[in-house]
Amino acid sequence: MANILNEILRHGVRSESFSWPQADLETWQQALWRRFGRALVIRHVDAGSCNGCELEIHALNAPQYNLTGLGLRFSASPRHADLLLVTGPVSRHMEEALRRTYAALPEPRWVVAVGDCGRDGGVFGKSYACLGGVSQVIPVDVVVGGCPPTPLQLLEGIWRAVTSARGSILPQPE
Amino acid sequence: MTTSMPLVRTLSGVVPAWQETVSREDLRTLCLTQKERGARLVSLWGSDEGEENFDLHLALAVQGGLRWLRVPLPPHDPSYPALDDVFANANRLQRATHDLLGLLAQGAAEGRPWLRHGAWPVDRFPLRKGEDGQAYPLLEQEPYPFVTVSGQGVHEIPVGPVHAGIIEPGHFRFSVVGERVLRLDTQLGYTHKGIEKRAESLAPTELIHLAGRVSGDSTVAGAWATAQAVESILGRQVPERAEWLRALWLERERLVNHLGDLGYLCNDVGLSAGFSLFWALKETALRTHESLVGHRYLYDQILLGGVAQGLTVRDCQSLQAECATLEREVHRLQDLLQEHAGVQDRYLNTGRVTPELAARLGLVGLAGRASAQAWDLRVSCPTVPYAQAEVRMATRAQGDVAARVAVRFDEVFESLRLIRYFIEHLPSGPSLWDAFPPLRAGVGVGWVEGWRGEVFVALELGAQGQVRRWHPEDVSMSNWPILEHAVQGNIVPDFPLINKSFNLSYSGQDG
Ligand code: SF4
Repeated sequence: MANILNEILRHGVRSESFSWPQADLETWQQALWRRFGRALVIRHVDAGSCNGCELEIHALNAPQYNLTGLGLRFSASPRHADLLLVTGPVSRHMEEALRRTYAALPEPRWVVAVGDCGRDGGVFGKSYACLGGVSQVIPVDVVVGGCPPTPLQLLEGIWRAVTSARGSILPQPE
Repeated sequence: MTTSMPLVRTLSGVVPAWQETVSREDLRTLCLTQKERGARLVSLWGSDEGEENFDLHLALAVQGGLRWLRVPLPPHDPSYPALDDVFANANRLQRATHDLLGLLAQGAAEGRPWLRHGAWPVDRFPLRKGEDGQAYPLLEQEPYPFVTVSGQGVHEIPVGPVHAGIIEPGHFRFSVVGERVLRLDTQLGYTHKGIEKRAESLAPTELIHLAGRVSGDSTVAGAWATAQAVESILGRQVPERAEWLRALWLERERLVNHLGDLGYLCNDVGLSAGFSLFWALKETALRTHESLVGHRYLYDQILLGGVAQGLTVRDCQSLQAECATLEREVHRLQDLLQEHAGVQDRYLNTGRVTPELAARLGLVGLAGRASAQAWDLRVSCPTVPYAQAEVRMATRAQGDVAARVAVRFDEVFESLRLIRYFIEHLPSGPSLWDAFPPLRAGVGVGWVEGWRGEVFVALELGAQGQVRRWHPEDVSMSNWPILEHAVQGNIVPDFPLINKSFNLSYSGQDG
């Protein structure tokens, strides 16, 4: 235990501040605060990705990004989630599972399609095995392109989703 | 048909490989003899040769290289004698070959589908040349006939395809008594993207791009193996510096993946500080890639005929410096884990695959080496620059989670040594072909030891140099079935830990 503490102290705080304008960040945090009590819960679904996009979603959990500090957290169940992060071109074999996961999310809910594959099928395109993008199956609020998109691009996409026009017309808690 | 071919033909290129035509009648005897001499099945696939003619293909790892057996099947009778009793990993390969191409393994132990869940009808085979690769009318998802275990107190736990964490999709069906796993039956194929059909008629440069996305965490290995295959067909070597840089990137890929896995192996036993410390290191290394080549995971760095970017002297210096820091930090973390009784308690004897079982079932790659299967292409069949660097293979005999953790630590340190060696001895000169050789028809193979294990590629180019058939095989295809054995007798809560200690690719096996 002492060794672990020692190691943690030696490394110090690794989380970083973002390069976005402070005002934007504040708008985002206020939006999060108002709508989600500062805890936006995210559920991830891999709908047939090459696993590259997953690498970057994992990387979001690296201490540098201070995810929990920002008020974001990944959930094991779609029923507790506000936002669905979907990767992959949507393989036909994942279509049903994706639909069901989306249906399990309580309203209001947001969907962020991740990667070039999530946008339009990317290198895998549309075929007997791929549907060619998340929006072919469920409504998408924001697309984060890239192969794979970096953690910062992912954060920006999540931020765009919760501050989007569709988001702001939803009833807001006092 | 390939009857005009000489019996055995040496393929050009960096991988020592021979192709030969074998009759269907001789196939089993040949396989049995080869198995007795220590051969291992690397891959099994099929090809449509037109007009109801099909060939079966096998790649065997033998002493000193790779034997590619081509078995022409009689017209209108696309079947062959099953080989799953000779090579255990043939089971799923045979089923996948049937789902995609309709070649039937006569007398196979099981006939359940493997990659087909209902995206295409049972009597249609998407890889046949007559199929256009477009969507079939939507069918009902077919229920998979899971193996069930009956008896007093036995119950089933279904998990997936969507899992609790950030993982790829697959379905696991546990039969348990209390907390103990009696049996695990796995259903994969959820991420099947039809990549082999997609590859047909692509130009070789486009193929390399796709090959880097078979399994994203092994992009360097996948793209390199496919590049080897194309380069062998075109009959032209890549500049020496390029081979060294490819190996440098492959070791960096191994390094970052091992760091991430070690982090998760801490996380899965509740040591979240360990997770954060490893992931802080991994993130730093990824940013180094970003600053050196503009991509955190080195996507598209391997090109046909070389690599995308040469390295400047300054780049080399910064890589050297990073190696020194990482070596120091990872040693500290290794001590931390070794001294932590709670962690060791969870690792030791968990998810054990004995060397005997590993040998019988054909466990290879990182997990194989943790069960005393001493096979590492960088040592067993070294290409430039691995031959010069004299790689030290990491092995353990215990075969449990602790052994797979130990192999990862050893390999991190060995990769750090190799990266330094490659930088110190990096040959000068170009790192990419200056001009493209003319495209031509032919067959070639690629074979690379990725971080998880071997990545194999068989390729046939058509007359205009376009892809006729491309078959990539990730080691995951052979190793997944052994996970089912590794969890037997363990408790359900240890499954995520055991699974992570293998960390097999879903996308790489589903295709
Ligand atoms: S966008 Fe790129 S990294 Fe993401 S799943 Fe598709 S191919 Fe893989």
